[in-house]
Amino acid sequence: MVHIVLGGQLKQYTGGQNQLEIDASTIHQLFVRLEKRFPELGPHIEGGLAVAIDGQIYQDSWFEPISDENEIHILPQIAGG
Amino acid sequence: MDQKLEHVGKRPIRPDGVDKVTGRAKFGADFNLPGQLHGRILRSPHPHARLVSIDTSEAEKLSGVKAVVTRDDFNDQEMKLVPAGELMVNYHDLVRNIMAREKVLYQGHAVAAVAATRASIARRALKLIKVEYEILPHVLDVEEAMSEDAPLLHDWMHTVGVEPRPEKPSNIAKRVEFGHGDVDKGFAEADVVIERTFNTQPVHQGYIEPHACVASMSEDGQSEVWCTTQGHFQVRGFCADLLGLDQSSIRVTASEIGGGFGGKTAVYLEPVALALSRKSNRPVKLVMSRSEVFLASGPAPGAKVQVKIGATRDGKITAGQAVLKYQAGGFQGSPVQPGAMCAFAPYDLENVQAIGFDVVTNRPKTAAYRAPGAPISEFAVESVIDELAKKLDIDPLDFRLKNAAREGSKSSYGPKFGPIGLVQTLEKAKAHDHYQASLGKDQGRGVASGFWFNAGGDTCVNLTVNGDGTATVVVGTPDIGGSRASMAMMAAEELNLPLDKVKAVIGDTAALGFNFVTGGSRATFASGMATVNAAKAAKAEMCRRAAKIWDIPEEAVEWEDGSVKPAGENAGEFEPMSLKEIAALAPKTGGPIVGMSQINAQGAAPSFGTHIVDLEVDRETGRVTILRYTVLQDAGRAIHPAYVEGQFQGGAAQGIGWALNEEYIYNEDGLLENPNFLDYRIPVASDLPMIDTVIIEEPNPRHPYGVRGVGETPIVPPMAAIANALENALGIRFTDLPMSPPKVLAALDA
Amino acid sequence: MARQHVTTEINGDTYEVLCEVDQTLLDVLRDELNMTGTKEGCGTGDCGACSVMLNDRLVCSCLVLAAEADGAKVETIEGMAPHEGLHPLQQKFLEHAALQCGICTPGFLVAAKALLDKNPNPTETEVRYWLAGNLCRCTGYDKIIRAVMDAAEELRAS
Repeated sequence: MVHIVLGGQLKQYTGGQNQLEIDASTIHQLFVRLEKRFPELGPHIEGGLAVAIDGQIYQDSWFEPISDENEIHILPQIAGG
Repeated sequence: MDQKLEHVGKRPIRPDGVDKVTGRAKFGADFNLPGQLHGRILRSPHPHARLVSIDTSEAEKLSGVKAVVTRDDFNDQEMKLVPAGELMVNYHDLVRNIMAREKVLYQGHAVAAVAATRASIARRALKLIKVEYEILPHVLDVEEAMSEDAPLLHDWMHTVGVEPRPEKPSNIAKRVEFGHGDVDKGFAEADVVIERTFNTQPVHQGYIEPHACVASMSEDGQSEVWCTTQGHFQVRGFCADLLGLDQSSIRVTASEIGGGFGGKTAVYLEPVALALSRKSNRPVKLVMSRSEVFLASGPAPGAKVQVKIGATRDGKITAGQAVLKYQAGGFQGSPVQPGAMCAFAPYDLENVQAIGFDVVTNRPKTAAYRAPGAPISEFAVESVIDELAKKLDIDPLDFRLKNAAREGSKSSYGPKFGPIGLVQTLEKAKAHDHYQASLGKDQGRGVASGFWFNAGGDTCVNLTVNGDGTATVVVGTPDIGGSRASMAMMAAEELNLPLDKVKAVIGDTAALGFNFVTGGSRATFASGMATVNAAKAAKAEMCRRAAKIWDIPEEAVEWEDGSVKPAGENAGEFEPMSLKEIAALAPKTGGPIVGMSQINAQGAAPSFGTHIVDLEVDRETGRVTILRYTVLQDAGRAIHPAYVEGQFQGGAAQGIGWALNEEYIYNEDGLLENPNFLDYRIPVASDLPMIDTVIIEEPNPRHPYGVRGVGETPIVPPMAAIANALENALGIRFTDLPMSPPKVLAALDA
Repeated sequence: MARQHVTTEINGDTYEVLCEVDQTLLDVLRDELNMTGTKEGCGTGDCGACSVMLNDRLVCSCLVLAAEADGAKVETIEGMAPHEGLHPLQQKFLEHAALQCGICTPGFLVAAKALLDKNPNPTETEVRYWLAGNLCRCTGYDKIIRAVMDAAEELRAS
């Protein structure tokens, strides 16, 4: 089980939970299972979320491995000017 | 990173330089096609009105007019979010921003467009278009727009991010919240709490080159577009979707770009020019005037910001809280989210909360501007930090050092920081002779820090080793500030070639896979990473060719100092072959030697900066003169230090303008009073001193040369640094931007 | 629209143009003669990107009607480099990395040359005030000023 922290207002789509345990070994699995559990998160996942693995931010990088050793944060995507 | 570097870190002359000092370089408006028509856009004179009817019949009859387009020439789009520049763009809004549909939402909103054989005819044709407007009440102020009885811009908009979602529509598009810990508990633990409210005005990116494009669509829908943009692949995608074309049918070529700073990640003209071309079967050129640039292309938002910070007597911050209300303009999508994420990023805080509201108003739709959202929120936070330091009688740099984010700190937006250089910028600022220099009467010194994430993203690079032993690198991120030099340097470094044997060019959308925009300080980071990958792929291919020539296993060949040579048990068996020799044999050994790299670049690392400013106030006029300015920033690794310094200096200068002069000024009728460079005053050479720079190099471990991205952070600290210096000079805390002479004078007289 | 016949010498060559009476010198350079080195940043004389020399005077070509250039001598960025190599100002702009996007560069070079022709030994303040009519949004002016000062020194030495 990977421990996930949801950033920003995402907890509104998970019934108020901002910390979750999910069984996943890649970012893609994480997204698929999150959406299954919380369908309201679907549009946000599709629209683009960033995942920080131990502080390193990944954007649109589905196959990045994750494990229970990692600290995972889910955030809105970031670009810039 | 300890390898000896031949090119990286040096200051060669940029490869596109001669073209730019001789007038040869072709920018957006410099491109023309045979048979080209000249387009002009009719724009709304009202800030908010229903579009009752548009009659173009008289204009169409004018001799020389070849096409007129209005809302009827664009299909409506569904609510569909697409990443663009800083945030997501909603297609439903995009199609309405390029050409108004039900309503005009700001003065300057496009209503119709004409293409004619001469510009003068197009101008006359605009006057023949009859538009019936039903004028509606408008709203400009962000807090007024949030109120219950405000004129409603979009009756379908219900605030996202509030549970349960409001049933009543409002001008509040979105609420965001970031943070951790318990701020109430933190404030209870504080010995000192300071709370202030700040106001900022919209400012324009102010690129000197107006938006411009030429578009040509043939009878079968095949299209070509030449335009000035930070992202030609994005232009292609938007045009395809808005005009119902396949991406493969549109080829977009990015011209030289005369500045963008985020503003040219947005699309305004290209779909309109294509629609005019489709109707006229002729190429159509559209160029904005300067007033159109101010009225109808995106400024950064104005905002209202409340900040509250508490600290213990010994200078430890116990809690920080910010409420940010950003003007999105006529359509949702202000950068309030990154603003909220960045607000407290320089600090390691146990209790932090940033709440943001994205609010539509009857102003032009905001666009990304250098570190979108961050300069506003960090201005407010860094001002309060300074006030706290003063109240606690602690040196402002020491106060920051005591609370600074470091490697392993939990960031205010969630994840932990990796290796970051904030502490080095603060320590070097403290040790800098600028910080020790004495000050005279009516002079003051201020400091402030700033942060930006930096980004990676989709990137594709193609590197060809030519038959004569030179190399051509094709990159897909438009070169806005010298990035071709950096790409050529990195490729030359990898291939051990002299720099003049490597040429970097920007490829069009048919030449490469998708590239995200030049933005988010990503070009040198992401295209640099892909360039290095492509060079490595080309080297591997050259090793394979040598293995075939020598008839030994591929693994038994290695690359060293620009040559392939046999290794392992075959070492010394054959004479090493140079890149040039292998390249010459390419036709006989398998054809062209090309290295490709297609990545979604990950591993972008944040950049922190600290600025020191000295200024003097003229008590008679209220004018503030910048006497001395120093930028200290972590670049990761400076590939071409002169252009890194240039980013520091340019960002600081833009921030100085934002702090002291720049603002959109509206009258009571909701009309912009200063849409020109005379009245919207950006800094000129006589306003500024030399801007000293200190490049700190805390390498990004995730980039082959340690690059972090440097372009955005330098615009973040200046506003607070200057407000802090003014307080130091006068004992007056300014919370409204810009701190222009009338405001300074009024404060002095109060 | 009525047309007017204009004969003008540009960078040493004579050109004849039939221009509309409200066309500016900038319009004619760019749109009729395809000399696009001179840039349009504002069209109102505020940014200096369209700087050219008209009868040895520095002007914003967006504020000059083409008809006014009849019989005049015009010098543009295209005429700055000598037959071989670059003008020292051009060379110093490259060496000092005094441009980022480069859109303002032709205007700065024309204006800076006008200064150095008049005043071969300007102070930093004189350079800053002379160039105050040329806007650059990228560089913060630091490297531009250094390039002009350095070019002035080289020109004095030669």
